[in-house]
Amino acid sequence: MEAAAGGGCGSGPPLLLSEGEQQCYSELFASCAAAGAAVGGPGSGPPEAARAVPSAATAAAGPVADLFRASQLPAETLHQITELCGAKRVGYFGPTQFYIALKLIAAAQSGLPVRIESIKCEVPLPRFLMSKTDAEIRFGNPTELHGTKVQIPYLITEKNTFKRMDDEDKQETQSPTMSPLASPPSSPPHYQRVPLSHAYGKLRSNTEQMHPAPYEARQPLVQPEGPSSGAPGTKPPRHQASLIRSFSVEREPQDNNSNYPDEPWRITEEQREYYVNQFRSLQPDPSSFISGSVAKNFFTKSKLSIPELSYIWELSDADCDGALTLPEFCAAFHLIVARKNGYPLPEGLPPTLQTEYLQAAFPKPKRECALFDSYSESMPANQQPRDLNRMEKLSVKDMADFPVPTQDVTSDDKQGLKSTADEALPRDVSEDPATSKDSNSLKARPRSRSYSSTSIEEAMKRGEDPPTPPPRPQKTHSRASSLDLNKVFQPSVPATKSGLLPPPPALPPRPCPSQSEQAPEAEIHPQLNRAPSQAAESSPAKKDIPYSQPPSKPIRRKFRPENPATENQDTSTAVGGPASAATVKPHAAVQKQSSKQKKAIQTAIRKNKEANAVLARLNSELQQQLKEVHQERIALENQLEQLRPVTVL
Amino acid sequence: MAVCVAVIAKENYPLYIRSAPTENELKFHYMVHTSLDVVDEKISAMGKALVDQRELYLGLLYPTEDYKVYGYVTNSKVKFVMVVDSSNTALRDNEIRSMFRKLHNSYTDVMCNPFYNPGDRIQSRAFDSMVTSMMIQVC
Repeated sequence: MEAAAGGGCGSGPPLLLSEGEQQCYSELFASCAAAGAAVGGPGSGPPEAARAVPSAATAAAGPVADLFRASQLPAETLHQITELCGAKRVGYFGPTQFYIALKLIAAAQSGLPVRIESIKCEVPLPRFLMSKTDAEIRFGNPTELHGTKVQIPYLITEKNTFKRMDDEDKQETQSPTMSPLASPPSSPPHYQRVPLSHAYGKLRSNTEQMHPAPYEARQPLVQPEGPSSGAPGTKPPRHQASLIRSFSVEREPQDNNSNYPDEPWRITEEQREYYVNQFRSLQPDPSSFISGSVAKNFFTKSKLSIPELSYIWELSDADCDGALTLPEFCAAFHLIVARKNGYPLPEGLPPTLQTEYLQAAFPKPKRECALFDSYSESMPANQQPRDLNRMEKLSVKDMADFPVPTQDVTSDDKQGLKSTADEALPRDVSEDPATSKDSNSLKARPRSRSYSSTSIEEAMKRGEDPPTPPPRPQKTHSRASSLDLNKVFQPSVPATKSGLLPPPPALPPRPCPSQSEQAPEAEIHPQLNRAPSQAAESSPAKKDIPYSQPPSKPIRRKFRPENPATENQDTSTAVGGPASAATVKPHAAVQKQSSKQKKAIQTAIRKNKEANAVLARLNSELQQQLKEVHQERIALENQLEQLRPVTVL
Repeated sequence: MAVCVAVIAKENYPLYIRSAPTENELKFHYMVHTSLDVVDEKISAMGKALVDQRELYLGLLYPTEDYKVYGYVTNSKVKFVMVVDSSNTALRDNEIRSMFRKLHNSYTDVMCNPFYNPGDRIQSRAFDSMVTSMMIQVC
């Protein structure tokens, strides 16, 4: 047998290959030869040479071994084949040996005994199982591989060899665990006959592109049995476990769509579902957005490098507002998943990941009620404090904390959000004095505004707008870098105080009073909130209000006579009856607004004057102390001079 | 049109500095560095003036025989310095202002990225491309 095999190298039983086999084998041979030769040589040289003159080259043992192993035959069989084909004898894999080996592999795979006679039989083409690296090949660079159907099994072995060249990571190629990609049995037989040099050249460029990101090669990320692969370069399984659990879902669907060029950037339905669920876990309202810090913490868990995450954010945050809406979040998540699986990041956001496309392709679940619409409309108002977001990261974190504890991932979003709102209101009130300067309140209060949805308060909201500039137009200001924090605060702050009270500083340039104002206003507000909601008891409630507010008591009393008409009107209309109360209330309240404004301003002025007085007193005292100290010093210096012996310099 | 664009942090260290591909990059770095003094002078001269778009743009800081240096400061005391070639016939003030405005907008976009920590070097590709467009505009 061996003699025959040895003879087979030169002049044994002629190796009859069909044309398909011929092409396949030659390509495989070229790949192995090139892979072996390309360890030292230039990239593009060997392929053409190998293709043109396969007989001259020899296949390196390494790639060949990998190829054989990929055929999933038992090792013993492979040894036999190697022996039979004569490589052992000859010492290298010449083309003849290689072809014979391939034929034997095919025979073995079809169940025929491994004997030299098998090469005469008609056998199907040998099958080589794809490994995880196939994903990298396939989707290495969607723009480059455009139009190329890359499900070529033998290219995997090329990839493997490149990986070995690049990373010296043998375990990568020897990984016994097959990715879910490989497991669907439908994939192996789908050969695509692409001219090898074409694909090969592209593959080389792909790997060269992947050079800058070596870590991507070492991630058997998505293997459910991932931790067992244990490649040295891979990240510890512990943190991968969460990712594996998270990402294993979408790996398989990805495979199904792998026939299209830009498919890696296309989000499948299951992926979409998964992303939306993740979004909900961070942010209960799917029509709202996730703040930057929340998203940062979440995406940092993916263990990508910060510059990469920064770039992904840049790509996905289309409107550059420091927050991610649902489509933006999906795009970012998808980019991260793709990156983890080894695709290099694109230069620009792929069209299938852009916001409009995602919104069109996957319309958001229409479970929102009108509340949400008003809520989402109020959210653009939050766009304005972009600069504030920048400057007050703390506040954004507060906002992040805000939705998180009120996580209510129930099926009924409405209820979930209502509970959010209820929790929001008292929280807002308590937070106000503490964090009056936070843009957190800016983001949080619009929510409470839309959810404290009594008709009166909505009317109040509308009534508010004329006296104060609505926050939205100020969005332009934030971009124009002229930021008057006070201007930004004033209109939105009152807008958020549950509607009833007007902005205390109606006049624009009032920095200090407005902000110090907010503390007492916060106490005023809840009481005032409760007051109008009680329709029948408005008059006693109104009387209650002044009594319950010690600091502004005198002011209120003072202003009552000033606005006798309005106050009387208020009381009379209130007493008039609940039927008309609802209609008259808005008007009465509007007039109350102006009076309250004045009261508030007066309070602010008074406070400031007091503060000024205190500071002035303090200043004068300190000045006096300073003078005394000066005098002491002069006295001491005099003494010193007298005591010191006279020195003439 | 700009030959060199620099973004300087509040503490007067560069967050981003890029020169058009000529030799003598160091010369531009030096010019930017010396211009910081002028910027500081202008800022302090303004005193507690109201923050306004006008005051953000500092105008021509100082001219040399070959170049002119323009300055712009943001509300958070981040300075943009731009060096333009004097041979550019009459680069209008408005154009310089618009360039600074673009810079500022891109800078805020960089800031909005939560992965960017203020005080880090700016490595945003969008910012880079914007600066490139500004520098390539001329000839």
